[in-house]
Amino acid sequence: MKTEYDVVVVGAGPAGSMAARYAAEKGASVVLLERDREIGVPVRCAEATSLPGLRKYVEIRDHWRAVIATKLRFVAPDSNAVTVDSPEKSIVLNRRIFDHDLAADAARQGAEVYTKANVTDVLFSDNKLPIVKLTYIGREKEITAKIVIAADGVESRIARMAGIRTQTKFEDTEPCAQMLIEDIEIVPDRLDFYFGSELAPGGYVWVFPKSDRSANVGLGFNAALSNGKTALQLLEKFVADKFPNGKILTTVAGGVPVANTLKKIVTDNFMVVGDAARQVNPLSGGGILSGMAAGQIAGQVAAQAIQNGDYSQKILNAYQKEWKKRIGQEHDKYFRFKEYVVNMKDQDFNDLADILLKIEPSEISVLTVFKVAVRKKPSLIIDAIKLFSRQALNA
Amino acid sequence: MIKIDYQICDLCGTCISVCPVDCMILDEIRLYINEKTCTECELCIRVCPFGALSKTSQKESRNED
Repeated sequence: MKTEYDVVVVGAGPAGSMAARYAAEKGASVVLLERDREIGVPVRCAEATSLPGLRKYVEIRDHWRAVIATKLRFVAPDSNAVTVDSPEKSIVLNRRIFDHDLAADAARQGAEVYTKANVTDVLFSDNKLPIVKLTYIGREKEITAKIVIAADGVESRIARMAGIRTQTKFEDTEPCAQMLIEDIEIVPDRLDFYFGSELAPGGYVWVFPKSDRSANVGLGFNAALSNGKTALQLLEKFVADKFPNGKILTTVAGGVPVANTLKKIVTDNFMVVGDAARQVNPLSGGGILSGMAAGQIAGQVAAQAIQNGDYSQKILNAYQKEWKKRIGQEHDKYFRFKEYVVNMKDQDFNDLADILLKIEPSEISVLTVFKVAVRKKPSLIIDAIKLFSRQALNA
Repeated sequence: MIKIDYQICDLCGTCISVCPVDCMILDEIRLYINEKTCTECELCIRVCPFGALSKTSQKESRNED
């Protein structure tokens, strides 16, 4: 590990690895620092994303794919279930391999990668380059960087060191728990979502297949609505009811920021990407693609800034602008949907399923589901149509 | 003060994202709380996915154990 780099990236999730890759590709000297001993582990993620969406950022390798799903099933609190064709095929990933490969891609473009590298502080001062302090396998190190890219996930402490307030509101931070469950009966080409105040108030339970007899089963919810129950307690109850004979191979905690993106994601010599920037889709809780997009843009902007020798906020602002244009505006709409859905009562979900079950199945799309769900707030229907037409055009 | 049950804590960092005074720090193996700046607002307790955090009046060992 050297004492000077053009770009220091903190955190080797998808956002951080993409940033490191694209900065290195254009010739910047890059180091990617991961606190954990291994990249991609533990998996704190439901692992599903859009297949065509992912293809926009990376060529998909076979061993990343657990399953491809073509259907979505929504289960109401009264157990009525509505199955729709997915607007885009979904891929359920093996995140531990996926994350590893994205970091390896960065390495092949020239980035240095270190695990067990824990950034403890970043010192920013006027007219001086930032100094990154870290421990690497217990040894204290200091790196001078021209640009620091924070990709440190939900906790988002690095941006605070740059003077950006990243704290999310309690009600915009969903506690999550997930299990990998083997030897169960599932439908391998379908993603299941369960709703209800008893199961996951203000959120949902997911059952995403990992093979023909195993699934990533987890939930996220709004802690303000849970009467003190923890994610783990809710998940254990769901699994005991639904998969009493399933074998639980892993149990992992996590947290998802379902908030608006930070108002400011750049400052002098600094950018923040991914969950740390609160770039998760606030409705679905999905953050893989938006994190990869942000990482790609930030990496490219960083490389350009290094070439031009100007790392000021004014230059790095190109990242914030491009993020807003490509994804940020959509997220504002998804946030309004989320606010609406969080307040839906069990009866609203049951009514929704009732209405949808009366519609000819071939006529139902995800857009129909949205339109019927938000029928009590017509202004959101316009948003839904805009979002889905845009998605269709992008795909 | 806020007590951490280290056998339950999964090091996910969710508590850190909501801490209004930034008094929580995570390293490779452990979560720490700075007692000097912690205001005991209990948001971390409410958001912890596994219930690893609790409030205690006793001066139990935490960072030093």
